[in-house]
Amino acid sequence: MSEASPGDRKVRTAAPRLIFESGSPGRSGFCWPSAEVPAHDAIPKALLRDEIAGFPELGELEVLRHFTRLSQRNFAIECQFYPLGSCTMKYNPKINELVARFPGFAEIHPLASADLLQGALELLYELERLLVEVSGMEHVSLQPSAGAQGELTGLMLIRAYLTEQGDPRKKIIVPDTAHGTNPASSTLCGYDVIQIASNAQGVIDAAAVDKAMDSDVAALMVTNPNTLGLFEKNIEAISEAVHAKGGLVYLDGANLNALMGVAKPGHMGVDVLHLNLHKTFSTPHGGGGPGAGPVAVKERLRDYLPVPRIVKQGQRFELLEDFPKSVGRVRSFLGNFGVLVRAYAYMISLGGDGLEEASRMALLNANYIRRKLEMSYQIAYDEPCMHECIFTDKIQHKLGVSTLDIAKRLLDYGFHPPTIYFPLVVSGALMIEPTETETLETLDSFIDAMLAIAREAKEEPDLVKTAPHSTPVSRLDEARAARKPILRWEPSASG
Amino acid sequence: MRYTPHTPADQERMLRAIGLESIDELYRHIPASLRQRARIELPEGLTELAVRRRMAELAAKNATASDWSFFLGGGIYHHFIPSAVDAVISRSEFSTSYTPYQPEVSQGTLQALFEFQTLICQLSGMEVSNAGVYDGASAAAEAVMMSRRIQPASRRRVLMSRALHPQYRAVISTYLKNLDDVQVEEVPFDASGATDAEQLTRRLNDQSMCVIIGYPNFFGVIEDLAPIQAGCSRAGAQLITVTTEPLALALVKPPGAWGADIAVGEGQSLGVPMSLGGPAYGFFACQKKFVRNIPGRLVGETVDAEGRRGFVLTLATREQHIRREKATSNICTSQTLCVLASTVFMSLLGKSGLRRLAEVNVARAHEAYGRLIQQTGIQAGFAGPFFNEFVLRSDDMDGLLGRCASGRIVPGVALRQWYPELKDCLLVCVTEMNEREEIERLVRSIAG
Repeated sequence: MSEASPGDRKVRTAAPRLIFESGSPGRSGFCWPSAEVPAHDAIPKALLRDEIAGFPELGELEVLRHFTRLSQRNFAIECQFYPLGSCTMKYNPKINELVARFPGFAEIHPLASADLLQGALELLYELERLLVEVSGMEHVSLQPSAGAQGELTGLMLIRAYLTEQGDPRKKIIVPDTAHGTNPASSTLCGYDVIQIASNAQGVIDAAAVDKAMDSDVAALMVTNPNTLGLFEKNIEAISEAVHAKGGLVYLDGANLNALMGVAKPGHMGVDVLHLNLHKTFSTPHGGGGPGAGPVAVKERLRDYLPVPRIVKQGQRFELLEDFPKSVGRVRSFLGNFGVLVRAYAYMISLGGDGLEEASRMALLNANYIRRKLEMSYQIAYDEPCMHECIFTDKIQHKLGVSTLDIAKRLLDYGFHPPTIYFPLVVSGALMIEPTETETLETLDSFIDAMLAIAREAKEEPDLVKTAPHSTPVSRLDEARAARKPILRWEPSASG
Repeated sequence: MRYTPHTPADQERMLRAIGLESIDELYRHIPASLRQRARIELPEGLTELAVRRRMAELAAKNATASDWSFFLGGGIYHHFIPSAVDAVISRSEFSTSYTPYQPEVSQGTLQALFEFQTLICQLSGMEVSNAGVYDGASAAAEAVMMSRRIQPASRRRVLMSRALHPQYRAVISTYLKNLDDVQVEEVPFDASGATDAEQLTRRLNDQSMCVIIGYPNFFGVIEDLAPIQAGCSRAGAQLITVTTEPLALALVKPPGAWGADIAVGEGQSLGVPMSLGGPAYGFFACQKKFVRNIPGRLVGETVDAEGRRGFVLTLATREQHIRREKATSNICTSQTLCVLASTVFMSLLGKSGLRRLAEVNVARAHEAYGRLIQQTGIQAGFAGPFFNEFVLRSDDMDGLLGRCASGRIVPGVALRQWYPELKDCLLVCVTEMNEREEIERLVRSIAG
């Protein structure tokens, strides 16, 4: 930020007001004729409330300025390179936004009869088929709202299936490289979690799985490529070891962006898979949702999928509820339809060849960054990487500079940091996922920034340790926020 | 259409830097048995124009609320959305950012979520709110699971109103099926369409974990929560309210004022398009003393190194990425963009606008109700007070639906799919989007 006069500086550095701290009593950004019948004639007074104390009172322009100003305090894919590992921050095409807003998709009601929703049901049916082809699985439910709900649904399917077989089992094996959602979903599904360690090459051994397997293990949950960006090359033997003792294999498809046209989960012995459409299939992350987490299964689990299911009868699409073995519903209506529309548009835009190319370029970009940075940052595992590469702060740590400092310093260079301190098995991890939609020039400038930070760590460590220097706020006191949580505005506290 | 920008020359340069001859070498460590079968057999990609046409063709096969007269509610509501809402959420600074893990460059999203939490507290009368969950139904299931974390193991019986949204009841039972210790009992509704408070209080005892009830309920009836709350309080059970039409809370006494412990619901009605029922978001609010048991994201206020106000994700030790199998929930999304839409919507309408909109809904719905009863001979389903939805009873349901359909009217949701005892009943919703002329046509179609 350039030098400003003292008066200016105060205005510029002041945090924006809260929406509750602006406006004037009686103002509204909404105009509608008053009701013809007063509410108290229709509803008993004892059931009515007073006005909502503290609610905003602003005009439309004030509201827009407020939120536009807030938007300028965000990093985003369309503003900055966003190499956040495990999140697949690829470009979100505009055509998908346009079509999702067509009235024929946005203004339709889920409780209208199937007659009135044939286009929507056709789209969902077709999307299921596309996901079957990409994943090599056999059936799909689009109902789960997000990856974590897809996981929970997948585990419920396993539980229902094994219970039906008269062999309900109690445990789930999860590798130490797994996303935190895997153990959390297992617990939520009533399972105990057994953690197994990955080997020195960062992958799991079939022998380790075989050793952990017993007649009480319902499933192994595995991510492939795993969170170290490495392909679980023993996956076929691992699946065999699980199946041999009556367990099922659950694949976390968070990293499918590495696999399209490379390897299909359905061929790896996987029984259940969830997909994150907001990662691989380019629907916008929205600052933390909405996403969609469809679950895909093999034939033996079909009857357990959530209801309703979309069925094609002749040329007509129907929603059927009558599947007695189904785990039931995991959410209201038909899932995050608007997200599914975007993913469908993306898949037909790219087609089979385009999807394969997306994965190829994602791998090329990750391997390029890996090669360019490996002399300056310690690589976590010296193995060929897939769509993301993991470094550690081992070299910089000796200079007193940590992963957090490197991440914060990247903000000054105008880049969003990689995912940091994850996976937990790597001390001081920096997990870089460039995705396929970035140009070589962008990758090179990111690499230059990382190399510059490595130099700064040696020559001017304090510059890195006190970063960021150019963001709207400096490092925030997270401990204070957690110690005495302030989770809402109050008129007395904030004036 | 593809979005991969590398030219052949770029690829060449990159491969040389890596020390490889071809892209295929990047896969040489993948077992051949997998690689050989990996081809994706799908048609070629389409041009942007072709995609637009294909999507328009699919969209044209659906009946929209503009082409038809919908009197459909039942958890998803057709309300007016000011243009400013989509203008804000279309800003790619909001739509293409990730969960705000790096607070220095996410203050926009974080402050908006903090404002949302405040708005939900104000609207629901509760003390704390999280930043949003998937939808109203999973919010209801999460609320029951939260009650299970708070209540002692001796309390594992849930009393669930039969007048709670049937899909929500289904989701709650899906979630609870995996936890062997919780039992759910359904409490019937009475002739007014409200939960039978007398039966409910009689069934409360020292094993009761919580009561979960729709407010307004699935039949649109505004429940009198006073006797239910008193019963819960006496028995030591928690009261959970579930609101599928939160616009009602601008007018009716909010859950917090009744003494609810946890208040959840579906936020779609506040500025999010119907979009076949998703995506929108679930809201989740509770009393402050339970905050460490709340699922999902929470945004808190703090200061930066120079003492400036700022916002961060907080109390993360509840969450899966820290606590793994001991987390309060596995959820890690807050449906942020939909939550942002609601934040803009509530900010724009504001104190007077939101109330005005609620009053217009009450007026339109009651006018339609009065005219239908007086002019068509159709019967009222229930007698309880309602907001913008009500139940009608007809012994010629199929004839009625057929007459309406020929006039491009969907008069409501037939209740027979969920309630055999209400096989001749129709749930009708009237909002500000239903013009008087539409109501007039509805009356004529139903009158036959």
